[in-house]
Amino acid sequence: MGAKMFGARVSRLEDPKLLTGRGGYTDDMHLPEMLEAAFVRSPHSHARIKDINISDALKHKGVCKIYTASDLPDYLRNTTVPFQVPNPAISQPFQQRLLEDREVCFAGEPIALVVADTRYNAEDAATLVQVDYDILPGAADCKSALEDSAPLCHVDSPNNEGAKYKVGYGDVASAFANAHLTHSEEFWIHRGGGFAIENRGVVAQYDELDDVVTIWSATQSPFLVKQNVVDMLGWESDRVRVIAPDVGGGFGPKTIYYVEEALIPLVAKDLGKPVKWIEDRRENFLATNMERDQYWDMEIAVDADGKLLGVRGQMIHDTGAYMPWGIISPYISATTLPGPYVLPSYELETFVALTNKVAVTPVRGAGRPQAVFAMERLMDRAADKLGLDRAEIRRRNLIQTEQMPYALGLIFRDGKPMTYDSGDYPKCQEEALRLGDYEGFRHRQEQARAEGRHIGIGIANYVEGTGLGPFEGATVRIQPSGQICIYTGGGDSGQGHWTTLAQVCADKFGVGVEKIDVQKGDTGKIASGVGTFASRIAVNAGSSVHLASNEVRQKAIKVAAHMLEAAEEDMDIENGSVVVRGSDLSVSLSDVARAVQGMPGFSLPGGVEPGLEATHYFSPSQSSYCNGTAVVEVEVDPDTGHVDILNYSMAHDSGTLINPFVVDGQVQGAVAQGVGNALLEWMVYDDNSNPVSTTFAEYLLPSAPETPNVDVTHVESPTPINPLGVKGAGEGGTIPAAAAIISAIEDALSPWNVRIAAAPLTPSMIVNQVRAEKAVA
Amino acid sequence: MKPPPFTFHDPRSIDEAVGLLAEKDNAKILAGGQSLMPMLNMRFVLPDDVIDINNIDDLTYIRDDGDALVFGGMIRQHEIESSDLVAQKIPLMREAILQVGHRQTRNRGTFGGSLSHLDPSAELPSVSMAQDATITVRKRGGARDIAMADLPMGYMTPSFELDEMVTDIRVPLWPDGHGYAFVEFARRHGDYAITSSAVLLDVSDGGKITRASVTVGGVGPSPLRVTAVEDGLLGETGSAELFTEIAEKCRDIDAMEDVYAPAWYRQHLAAVLTRRGLAKAFSRASNGTEINLK
Amino acid sequence: MSDRRTICVNINGKAYEREVETRLHLADFIRHECLLTGTHVGCEHGVCGACTILLDGKTARSCLMLAVQADGKEILTVEGIAPNETELHPLQQAFQDNHGLQCGFCTPGMLTTLLEFLDENPDPTEREVREAISGNLCRCTGYQGIVAAALDAAKRLQAGT
Repeated sequence: MGAKMFGARVSRLEDPKLLTGRGGYTDDMHLPEMLEAAFVRSPHSHARIKDINISDALKHKGVCKIYTASDLPDYLRNTTVPFQVPNPAISQPFQQRLLEDREVCFAGEPIALVVADTRYNAEDAATLVQVDYDILPGAADCKSALEDSAPLCHVDSPNNEGAKYKVGYGDVASAFANAHLTHSEEFWIHRGGGFAIENRGVVAQYDELDDVVTIWSATQSPFLVKQNVVDMLGWESDRVRVIAPDVGGGFGPKTIYYVEEALIPLVAKDLGKPVKWIEDRRENFLATNMERDQYWDMEIAVDADGKLLGVRGQMIHDTGAYMPWGIISPYISATTLPGPYVLPSYELETFVALTNKVAVTPVRGAGRPQAVFAMERLMDRAADKLGLDRAEIRRRNLIQTEQMPYALGLIFRDGKPMTYDSGDYPKCQEEALRLGDYEGFRHRQEQARAEGRHIGIGIANYVEGTGLGPFEGATVRIQPSGQICIYTGGGDSGQGHWTTLAQVCADKFGVGVEKIDVQKGDTGKIASGVGTFASRIAVNAGSSVHLASNEVRQKAIKVAAHMLEAAEEDMDIENGSVVVRGSDLSVSLSDVARAVQGMPGFSLPGGVEPGLEATHYFSPSQSSYCNGTAVVEVEVDPDTGHVDILNYSMAHDSGTLINPFVVDGQVQGAVAQGVGNALLEWMVYDDNSNPVSTTFAEYLLPSAPETPNVDVTHVESPTPINPLGVKGAGEGGTIPAAAAIISAIEDALSPWNVRIAAAPLTPSMIVNQVRAEKAVA
Repeated sequence: MKPPPFTFHDPRSIDEAVGLLAEKDNAKILAGGQSLMPMLNMRFVLPDDVIDINNIDDLTYIRDDGDALVFGGMIRQHEIESSDLVAQKIPLMREAILQVGHRQTRNRGTFGGSLSHLDPSAELPSVSMAQDATITVRKRGGARDIAMADLPMGYMTPSFELDEMVTDIRVPLWPDGHGYAFVEFARRHGDYAITSSAVLLDVSDGGKITRASVTVGGVGPSPLRVTAVEDGLLGETGSAELFTEIAEKCRDIDAMEDVYAPAWYRQHLAAVLTRRGLAKAFSRASNGTEINLK
Repeated sequence: MSDRRTICVNINGKAYEREVETRLHLADFIRHECLLTGTHVGCEHGVCGACTILLDGKTARSCLMLAVQADGKEILTVEGIAPNETELHPLQQAFQDNHGLQCGFCTPGMLTTLLEFLDENPDPTEREVREAISGNLCRCTGYQGIVAAALDAAKRLQAGT
């Protein structure tokens, strides 16, 4: 019997292929006779289209066909993206049409699709399509957009309020009436996009013989793509196959379904030739969903000991021009705010504003970093006003282990009451403080200040609902060759599913992970699936692999018992063979698999069903709640506004770890995105809602010198919600990062009494604050 | 994001190149490509003809003329970075070049390309301004020299004609032992700076400043010599107080602004970086005398 | 009228002769004409570094060159780094052992950049490694595994010589 695979730091099976250039990403597809597509997109944030003229473009070399809304089949002219996740709070669920020919509502909205022999020629022709626009004012800033005088995002709508809802519990009014201390403040938090290094892309091919359209898409969720193609185009489900090949990063935006994913298969079928569309970086800035602004106008009430009494306020969320994912992001924001604290009363009213920008849908963290930023700023303010240490006020309010499971009093996005299933919040905070040497910091700070250096420390906690339903299934099959295969629906965009799912399975058959093949992200390989988002694959697919592997194992033992004429209870599986304990009798899994294929004319051994395989669709009863604490030390140059992250410590509890090596990488990568959100990443729009930061020279991603090493420690509180005890791990690093980094910057600048209520924080904002405070002093 | 159609030329000599420039109305010279190629890919420029000058050997030299180093227009930034001659004779350029872009871009990017593109916060134009370089441009049938001070006509607009190309850059040397500093502030390592300051100082044995050159990049539409600072330094003895006070004059520069860096912030950075640059340069010119700016 | 030329480029030791449009950028030539799809395109404006190749031994962003400019030159891409079909180069092995990649999309550019860097700086500091890859964006790893891999590879390469 080999080393135990589950829980081991196994290096990834995915890597050799990717390290030698043998990966297969969407743009790597080269099919015979393949055509290439380019889009004509609105250059204006808001305009009425008066006329579209494609006659010059059609004459361009290599052009095969150009599609506008009027070239689509009648039944598709007004079809919109299906409304994925309705909610009664949504009053104006605008959805995008396949191609727009009346009113464009964001810069980047597709108007025409050019198909040509090469992308170069397609782009040439796209520039020759003449669109006559009547330019309209755009609803830009989401706060102003809700004012009566604001330009309308959609001309025929009464106002720009897309949704409105209230969450809360407890008696907020009396909490504030009886408070020892209250503090109110407005926060602006901007989150940017996913900006995977691989852009989106779609290749589609119609096979006339089988009457099947195969779609390769750089998506996190091939089953969602398939469902939407079927819904929008009215095609039969078994005539569509969607494959997510190697995907070069996802981070949320590739979860969501886009019009391009319906248009490309539509034209491939129409033209009878494969068609490829690869999003370029400019399109990515314009037309791939992102997160953006939230304004939080908040108030906190505490007693004399710093114990929380209540939090109340209002939040405004920028949702863009369309709502393909409903109000998932702002709803998660609203329900994340209480975090790991005993918060007796809470009330938040949220206004979702329609703006003339690309849609907002979840990006890694999905609305949580904003809520954590607001809550943790409030905690810092209360601490400062009471003269309490910032870590101490948090310690006093943390939910204790004996309070688990802890019912919060809110309903989560999964429709279930929010009940924290497990977790040791005090220990997590303690571990992070230890890792960041919080105790020794004030001494370090004194020394630094004596040298004229300004260092500061910050802390932030969070709780995150992970592992959301409905399900993600897995088939485990042992081939007659003995090869063990796992099939699952979610795509992999860097998470290492092959390795981790193999680790869940390997021990059941006493083999190493290298003996297991994992095929993911292909609707042709398993009947149902959902997708890779919301930190859900380890929980859902992992549990399904576990259950299916157990069933296959039991079946193998049952059949082997019959073959070897031994008792099942005496049998075990070692090194890929079923053995009778204490004897040298054994039969290989390959022989068992052959046996259950059957022999013509004979019964199956042991009366079992054919095939050595099992499929499970694990569906969790509710989310499992992951949590963590970040402690960050920074140095700030008050003259230039430069921030250097000196130390980054993170205690992270995602339950049982399948592969600590992989989880560490998830946390480190997630933190880097949080660093971007704290200091660099800002999607800028002008006053008329036209995007300004549309290159990587303007929208700044963290590069290696700006990104800290992250010291990660794991607190493992297994969840009772699934058989593995695992929780999601993909987003936790991002969630408290901006809150902790900005807390540390404030601390570094405490001689100037600087208070920061915004993220991202640019160097000029820092210098501005330092100079303003200097002037006051 | 694919380049638009054009006709490609790759002349083997300067004469051939300027001949093409003379004949083609809407041509672009392709040097290192680190600025032109992104603009082509984004279709921000739509030339009918692209003239690639990467195969002209005459443009890839560094020559020691005694009182100046002379560079061919196609000398790569990485060649400047790895040149002992440059490190020894123009230490300001050596310090600046290490802050230019990234290794991959320095392998391709050229001196002449940088001067022709003339980004207001690019390092090599600032160094050229600080060192009073002379730029030779050629066209069919003639050549002329342009003082660096006269090169910028406005934002990213050099004063040479469309049928002229940069062939040589002559950079006069400062005496051995001069003080120098190139300090810049960029959001990320390798980014175009928001603001930079290039400082050259000659300091007498008694610590008096006898000659000063101060150039601020990223504030005005092109790199600017700050004569108010230069004049105020002459004859003075270097000190933290002097440098702090005199650098404040940078706040009077008429500054550009955009959403990422407001005008006041560029002026502020110019003052901060110039103060730091002066201290560093002075210290280097006077055998490491520390200037403690607190 | 498209302007076309026949060029011959040596990639990973093999000559590729193709007739191409002169406006074709080098990354597209490598990927779609020579079908060496290991070199990736992430931004086409020279910032992300995913398309980095070695041109006559020096790194270059292949989206910022025209294919015709590579006529007669030698290129090394990610496909040419490993010594043979079954073994990894020590740098590649260090990436696997240090979790230096997740989605793998930036990886080819990281590898080519580090090959040049480690050749010139066989014993680098962490800071030097970070600056060396500052022109290569990775959105997955937070760079930690990549930096660890580069430092580890430096040790392996030194031990191997």
